[in-house]
Amino acid sequence: MTRYVMSIDLRRCVGCQTCTAACKGANATPPGVQWRRVLDVETGEFPDVQRIFLPGACMHCATPPCEEVCPTRATTQRADGVVNINYHLCIGCANCVMACPFDARTIVHKTHFSYGDQPLPSESIRFDPERVAVSMKCNFCKDRIDEAAATGLTPGIHPEVTPACVNSCISGAMEFGDLDDPESNVSRLLRETQHYRMHEELGTEPGVYYIWNQS
Amino acid sequence: MKNRAKRIADLVAPRQQRNWDGRAASNFIAGGAGGSLLLFAALVGLEADATRTAILLGLVLIGGGLTCVWFEIGRPWRALNVYRHFATSWMTREAVVALAVFAAGGGAFLTVWQPLVVLAGIMGLAFLYSQARILSANKGIPTWRHPRSVPLMVATGLAEGAGFLACVASMSSSLISIWILAGLIALIAGRAVFWKSYLGGLTADGAPDAALKVLGGIDSRFVVFGHVLPALALVAVLAGMPGRAGLIFVAGLMVVATGWFLKFTLIRRAAFTQGLAIVHSPVRGRGAGGAAAKPGWTAMIGFKA
Repeated sequence: MTRYVMSIDLRRCVGCQTCTAACKGANATPPGVQWRRVLDVETGEFPDVQRIFLPGACMHCATPPCEEVCPTRATTQRADGVVNINYHLCIGCANCVMACPFDARTIVHKTHFSYGDQPLPSESIRFDPERVAVSMKCNFCKDRIDEAAATGLTPGIHPEVTPACVNSCISGAMEFGDLDDPESNVSRLLRETQHYRMHEELGTEPGVYYIWNQS
Repeated sequence: MKNRAKRIADLVAPRQQRNWDGRAASNFIAGGAGGSLLLFAALVGLEADATRTAILLGLVLIGGGLTCVWFEIGRPWRALNVYRHFATSWMTREAVVALAVFAAGGGAFLTVWQPLVVLAGIMGLAFLYSQARILSANKGIPTWRHPRSVPLMVATGLAEGAGFLACVASMSSSLISIWILAGLIALIAGRAVFWKSYLGGLTADGAPDAALKVLGGIDSRFVVFGHVLPALALVAVLAGMPGRAGLIFVAGLMVVATGWFLKFTLIRRAAFTQGLAIVHSPVRGRGAGGAAAKPGWTAMIGFKA
């Protein structure tokens, strides 16, 4: 079996938002929509404070609540763990948006572009009307992952078949790979470090691990 | 810079959901009351005309709520796709039950044949329950996913249906039996118990501070206008006070109006997202990790720091 997950080393992230920009470039998301974002969080009380950069997106949960509530089967979980949306089936009811504890889903009801109603040439090439008024979110760049089967390349190792955000990370904070493969980058990192998954108490078993210290 | 900082903070802390507006809320507001009204129309056994009126009102409420939702969804012409996931989606189940409600309710309205009236009542109850489960399945909204939200939604739906029935029955004094009044008082008391239980559970188990503030803010108004005053009016009727039809009508109306107020508050005003959390701050260099953080939450129960 294959279970694609991501690890994010909070010690390494510098909050540069390159992953956010790379995601926008790779997936042509509309203005104001970020499938991958980096939040700037301050913790503690003065003078004992700390600034943390927290990259977030769809967690591709093992038991995704969005998939459970979706009335149309537009949201499904693939055999490799990627949670995907079929835009042709989605009715834009927003039930999945409410079910997601990670605020990872967005619905844009009206078409708008970077500079008003008219698209830039680059936007008009990549504009997908099927993504208007339906739910959308990070899909781990599934088209790239799917190329792995044809090319024999390994997601997480070869950039051609690795999510754009991971490829772009300037500090090497993000890793991607198969959790069921003990020799994958992610499996090795998780063995060597202390990590957590967000909102584990909700039982969704997120597929994104936040590394915070060495073992 | 100020605006940018505000936007980032908004994403970290719980924020009021904006995807389900008044149209979605209307489905829960009207649909729950309508389903419950069908149930009580079957249970109480009114005269044929009054039964027809109650059934018609129940169907109009359910149909009106569903129509509001249809206007809200992003792709309304694909609405029939809603029937594709009966296995786990309570929204699909609600849609399936709605078909049964209209089939049985339509037949019951035309014939007032008791088995059909009873079937419509059962389907009405199933519709109300489905709506309660739709809310509780949404793990992203802490005030909805709390296990006590289901009994609260069912309790307020039942009270609203009974309140509507009392209004219908008050049109004809011969229809008002002591059992209807006693039943309505019991449902009012039940809703008060479930409300307090829900609020207590939410406070104990943890919810976004902003949501607790909203719900705490309506507590006294909801209890007084939705429970104390209607119950006093009904007790006065039982005690033989003159103007019983008017008192029953007003009491029923207050139960319905406050139930709708509660549902609107739950679905729009108190529906804050989970927000994000940092369970462990990163350990950088020689320093130690900082404090855990869950912005917008005071209660940290269930939070593994």
